[in-house]
Amino acid sequence: MKTRSWLVVLLVIVVLAAGCAPQAAPAAGGAAGKPLRVAVVMPSATTDMAFSQSMFEALKAVQKDLGGEKAMELKYSENMFKVPDAAAALRDYASQGFDIVIGHGSQYGSSIQEIAKDFPKTTFAWGTDVNTFGLPNVYAYTAAAEEGGYVNGVLAGKLSKAKKIGVTGPVEVGDAKTYIDGFVQGVESVDKNIKVSKTWTGSFSDVALMTEAAKTHIASGADTLTGSSQSVVGSIGAAKEKGNVLWFGTQADQASLGPNFVVASQVYDWNGILKQMIENRKKGKLGGEKFVLQLKNSGLKVAYNPGYKLPDDVKKAGDAAIEGIKSGSIKVNP
Amino acid sequence: MSEIFSVTVLVGILASAIRLATPYLYAAIGESFAQTSGVVNLGVEGIMLVGAFAGFYVAQLTGNLWLGLLGAVIAGILMGLLMSFISVTLRAEQGISGIGLYMFGLGLSSLLFKTTIGTVKTIVGFPPVKIPVLGDIPILGEALFNQSVLVYGAFLLVPLAWWLLDKTTLGLKTKAVGQNPAAADSLGVSVLRNRYFNVCLGAALAGVAGASLSLSLVNLFQENLTAGQGFIAVALVYFGGWRPLGILAGALLFSTVNAIQLWVQVLGIGIPADIAVMLPYLLTIAALAVTANRARQPAALNKPFERGEN
Repeated sequence: MKTRSWLVVLLVIVVLAAGCAPQAAPAAGGAAGKPLRVAVVMPSATTDMAFSQSMFEALKAVQKDLGGEKAMELKYSENMFKVPDAAAALRDYASQGFDIVIGHGSQYGSSIQEIAKDFPKTTFAWGTDVNTFGLPNVYAYTAAAEEGGYVNGVLAGKLSKAKKIGVTGPVEVGDAKTYIDGFVQGVESVDKNIKVSKTWTGSFSDVALMTEAAKTHIASGADTLTGSSQSVVGSIGAAKEKGNVLWFGTQADQASLGPNFVVASQVYDWNGILKQMIENRKKGKLGGEKFVLQLKNSGLKVAYNPGYKLPDDVKKAGDAAIEGIKSGSIKVNP
Repeated sequence: MSEIFSVTVLVGILASAIRLATPYLYAAIGESFAQTSGVVNLGVEGIMLVGAFAGFYVAQLTGNLWLGLLGAVIAGILMGLLMSFISVTLRAEQGISGIGLYMFGLGLSSLLFKTTIGTVKTIVGFPPVKIPVLGDIPILGEALFNQSVLVYGAFLLVPLAWWLLDKTTLGLKTKAVGQNPAAADSLGVSVLRNRYFNVCLGAALAGVAGASLSLSLVNLFQENLTAGQGFIAVALVYFGGWRPLGILAGALLFSTVNAIQLWVQVLGIGIPADIAVMLPYLLTIAALAVTANRARQPAALNKPFERGEN
């Protein structure tokens, strides 16, 4: 009995020692002043091919542009779907003296509101939402996902031979909802007789159910699919298995999952917003502004998949839709 | 409304239900072995994730799906050994160590995924295999007898588990150990060995449950792929009264209603999506309320065994 207890104690000590070993290499305290310290908390994995990945990649790109680790320190917490966990992480980063703390998830609003008050010198940012709570150190950001949705809808409407399109949605909130609303408007602008069916799985992460939802659409005759959230990898897989089913993506470029049947993806590019926040901070402005990713400001892009042969007239229609939205002649209602 | 009774839809619902039930069957029947021997393993979700990753990784590395499946089984057994060591040998609080195992499995599978594969990729999984003769039956044939081997395996597991529990000495010992371990011990049955075996068997099956997702049903691995299915599987053990047939009934009820609610949404029938999504859970709870199974709970469930005590 005693030996066993000691064994366990030893095991615990070994694990703790390994865990407490110096974490990342100490930030090479830059010769040109202290590095900018940025932290981000995300609700899903950085590899989710959707929401979290888009922000993470933008942050990495900004870090590279600024000069790498020496110029910008980046720390992240992922899979923080539960709000209490995220709130603890956000508060932790703020108290460690990070300059910019980002809560990348619409469920983090109330946490940001509470924590920002306690750290007036820290810049907080959160989204997707438009509420800065009247605090001077909070930014809010969102994406006008309905814009890219509209463009995808136009393309889908023109390409669907069966005139039946399936939408595999997660939960009917936020940019999932606005993207799909825009998509439906885009399809209707091409042909009001095309049937668009929507399903909601009630979860952002249930891949198995999303796969079955896609299979259900396909079984009911749909030859074109779209959807939102990290779980759409399941829908893309179902489309791949059936063959001759087209896919339209959002939040991130999903062409790698279907090199010859993903037609286009709306890509969120947070680069511009992040750089704006950093610039503002240098000038002393810590927040109090809301940003919207749009086609007009290059925050949203429609990435055509080069591996899919898009007929010229369809591409023209897509480009026209993009220009129309940018100029304001086409109005998409979120 | 009448569209829901058309042939295409009925076949679609049945086929979806069969597929959706598969991971639940593997995981829940596996868990029922562990629980029948007296150990509650709440870490099924974590084991499924590790199994899903291991299966996917080995399959895409070797190009062989069966080797991938073997990898998932081995990964499951290793997790099972860990759980057994903590709950049976160290006699820790089973519920808590199970949750710990879940978090460990979630973290481990995500970490390994990130450092080895890194980005979501699909593979060509186990293809549907049509069973001759049976597969040609109209409606039923297409839905039931044209699925992948892992789906067939899940359903074949039901009679196999029944046979193992009711018709073998091993099953007898397992039930004895779960009902009255002190008595079993006095008759020469090694409680420790039996529980280790059953927990590892359950974990191996949980690994296969995970692999059924990554190698057959969705053909990819993504972090947190199972999204809570492991916990539903544990609930199904209770729902099924710790009996394979009961678990089959529960898994099919849950999955069929899930398949129906998807079609209801696709066909645009007037039920709001939020209600539709709730239906499988509501009906399962209702069924649970009607059929009280607590009487069949293994008497020594969740109680660590020490020789010489009590």
